[in-house]
Amino acid sequence: MFANYAPLIVDGLADAALIFFVAVGLTLVFSVLHILNVAHGSFYSLGAYLSVVIGTFVAGRGWPALSFLALLISPIIVTLALGPLIERTLLRWTYGRSEALQILVTFGLFLILEDAQKLIFGVQSYSQDAPMTLLGTTQIAGIVYLNYQLLLIALAVLVAIGLRLLLKHTGVGKLIIAVVADQEIARAVGIDASRVFMLAFSLGVFLAALGGALASPTVGVSPGLGAETIVLAFAVAAIGGLGQIEGAALAAILVGLTRSAAIYFFPEFQPVVPYIVMLAVLLVRPYGLFGSIGLRRI
Amino acid sequence: MVVRYLIGIAVIVGLLPLAVSWLGFVFTVAIGKGLAALGVAILLRGGMISIGHALFFAIGAYATAFLMRGKINELITLFVCATFITAAAGLVVGAFMVRYRGIFFAMLNLAVSMVFFTLLSKLYHLTGGTDGMRVMTPTLLGMELSRPAFEQALQLIAIVLMVGAALAVDRYLKSPLGQALSAIETNEVRLEFLGVSARGVLLVAYVASAALAGAGGALSAVAIGHVVPEFSYWTLSGQLILIAVLGGISGVPGPFIGAFFLELVRTFAVGFAADAWNAIIGISLLVVIFFLPEGLFGILQRTETRMRRPKA
Repeated sequence: MFANYAPLIVDGLADAALIFFVAVGLTLVFSVLHILNVAHGSFYSLGAYLSVVIGTFVAGRGWPALSFLALLISPIIVTLALGPLIERTLLRWTYGRSEALQILVTFGLFLILEDAQKLIFGVQSYSQDAPMTLLGTTQIAGIVYLNYQLLLIALAVLVAIGLRLLLKHTGVGKLIIAVVADQEIARAVGIDASRVFMLAFSLGVFLAALGGALASPTVGVSPGLGAETIVLAFAVAAIGGLGQIEGAALAAILVGLTRSAAIYFFPEFQPVVPYIVMLAVLLVRPYGLFGSIGLRRI
Repeated sequence: MVVRYLIGIAVIVGLLPLAVSWLGFVFTVAIGKGLAALGVAILLRGGMISIGHALFFAIGAYATAFLMRGKINELITLFVCATFITAAAGLVVGAFMVRYRGIFFAMLNLAVSMVFFTLLSKLYHLTGGTDGMRVMTPTLLGMELSRPAFEQALQLIAIVLMVGAALAVDRYLKSPLGQALSAIETNEVRLEFLGVSARGVLLVAYVASAALAGAGGALSAVAIGHVVPEFSYWTLSGQLILIAVLGGISGVPGPFIGAFFLELVRTFAVGFAADAWNAIIGISLLVVIFFLPEGLFGILQRTETRMRRPKA
């Protein structure tokens, strides 16, 4: 019985791991900046594009093992190039203004980034398989698993724990929590809230780009990925309750498992499944599983 | 005031194609998008942004295509039916949407439109998949017209539709129901204390905006002669928002001014910047928001008041 469903669960959890990276970045940025970044999915696809390009380049030069490094370096490049820049210029303009205006601005950014990718990388589909083939497979109880999938799950757990530790047990984390709790008081006691905003936004960008980079060996990277990702990430963040890290993790697992079950049982409905879960959750709990009215914490 | 602007626009849009004939088609398509953008503008009045409004544009367009497949060939019947079907869809989706505000409203609209896009692309046997569906030339009041004659007639009908819809929306926005919509943005709680149901007010606005987008979609479907899943894609939703914001939401002529402006720019830009069209839309959106918050119509109104002031 279990043996039949084990691959399904591993598939679902690996899927959940990738969704988690993006959704937790979205939720983190939202809880600190109070802006839901519609362009968040574009960082995911940028990370994916860059890691495929760098990965296939080094693999083509006879260093396939270096493509693992590309998975880590490309999100860092995306973060350094775009994170502080966008926060310092575009987003800074919108703080304290109406939510409608913030949505419009990030939506405009989303349109620009999506076309920028088309101009840079073209419209063809990219893919890389070096990381997947290098790691090989493991056989447990007669069933073959991709090691790469197991790695993804482990990484997601590490990131979830790491974020918790960062926020609760480091100086930077305490600054972030102070700014989330009360920005004015935080500024009054001498915390540089602008810097915290920039750090938090860059961390969000990094998590999205990391998700994209790690996803690139498992899927083809083509235009439209950014749009799909932001909607999915929002669905997961909304299910968990916007601003809730544990909520995002649980929601990612829920959506990942449901998606892989749908691929198994009703393949035609697979793209629609996350939204059905979202609609069902939001109908019962409009603020998500862990969200609450008015009270927003990390 | 509004009537004067609308007549002015109608005359310009009606007469220019007599000199430059290809403008007729451009203007008809622009009116289609302008109708949908007017729907977006209604919701913006209530402080709500739908970044998935292309959904209703596509529903109107596909409804037209399906009705024609069902052997309904009369243009007027098609428009009326497609608009009602879209309004009904707006009622169903809206009943869910009005529970949410701000970012939830925006993203849920996007999600629904993406689901619809996926369905349109995947249900090949029903919708023709990514190839879309052909829309034949319908009859007009029972007459079978040649394509050029039909296009001219369609252009006139589009202008009538534009003026009619704009006047109706103007009346609506000035009515108590429309004033309550603006009050949702200002202070929703106070509105509820006055005994007005915010959800009810919003649902009326949502259905009206869906119906407008549906009429725009039906018009575009007939004018273009083909419907594709891209009608419901988020890039079109983005265009609709830009048109509404660019034209200005302070008055009903705004979205149409925005639509004519954008379609003309697109006609000239498509030659050298076809790949970067969405980026251009995005950059223009940011420029308009930061430097031109009242939109083109707002500027028009301001210059007029300024010119009148010395006399008074």
